[in-house]
Amino acid sequence: MVNVKRVVLDVLKPHQPNALEFSQAIAEAGVDYRVKLIVLEMDENTETVQIELAGSAIDFNAIQSVIANMGGSLHSIDEVEVNNETVAG
Amino acid sequence: MSPLKQARFLLDITNSRGIVRRYFVVNGFDGALTMLGLIMGFIVSKPADLSMVIGVCLGAAIALSMSGISSAYISESAERKYALGELERAMISDLHNSAHGVASRWVPLLVALVNGLAPLVISLLILSPLWLAMAGVNLPLSPLYSAVFVALLLTFLLGVFLGRISGVTWLRSGIQALLVAVLTASIIYFFVGN
Repeated sequence: MVNVKRVVLDVLKPHQPNALEFSQAIAEAGVDYRVKLIVLEMDENTETVQIELAGSAIDFNAIQSVIANMGGSLHSIDEVEVNNETVAG
Repeated sequence: MSPLKQARFLLDITNSRGIVRRYFVVNGFDGALTMLGLIMGFIVSKPADLSMVIGVCLGAAIALSMSGISSAYISESAERKYALGELERAMISDLHNSAHGVASRWVPLLVALVNGLAPLVISLLILSPLWLAMAGVNLPLSPLYSAVFVALLLTFLLGVFLGRISGVTWLRSGIQALLVAVLTASIIYFFVGN
């Protein structure tokens, strides 16, 4: 089975929910998700953030949905780490 | 997410907590002073039947409540739509299905309910001695004076609430609000009574 272990996303989000609430909502999408959020740029109404998400099996669609629900917009997937954990035989 | 947590979240992302608090105090104060004014009017006028006093006060309370709900809903709805439009332009995306879209539809309703229920609940509390007297409960003061006492007490508590938000001494803020109510009652007593 191929699992996504880590992704780095470039996201444009409104100021509210703030970085803490935004990261918490993403972390709540999976049982073992670890989120690191860095604010890269700030505008009058928006901010560009880099989100680094790690977990044993990241559900990317669920993450996209959380980002959209919080009013964010996914600009790009900057880094990906994927493992093939298929047991041979 | 529980409904209370969801409501808090929607108020937070629209920065509306302060607005809700302001509406609660402003319209709560309106309700308390209106009831105080009506009851003082009955005190200085010819003695009236308690059921008539309750009817008049309840009518005013319901009108205040409906006015609070409708005016807050109309104004907040327009404000939220404008704010959502601004955010959509900044994000260059449709936020209708996001938390911001949900907030733009629900926050005006929450704000309107607080704005409308604050004067109604406060008015009902002020009228409670009149109902108790009608039900045959013996009060330490006459029903109208008991209602005035409750009105003054609630005004004081609204002041205390404001003091706790602003960080001013709660006693000072409570007494300030109480003085406004006492002044209102005195003006009615001296001008309408004579």
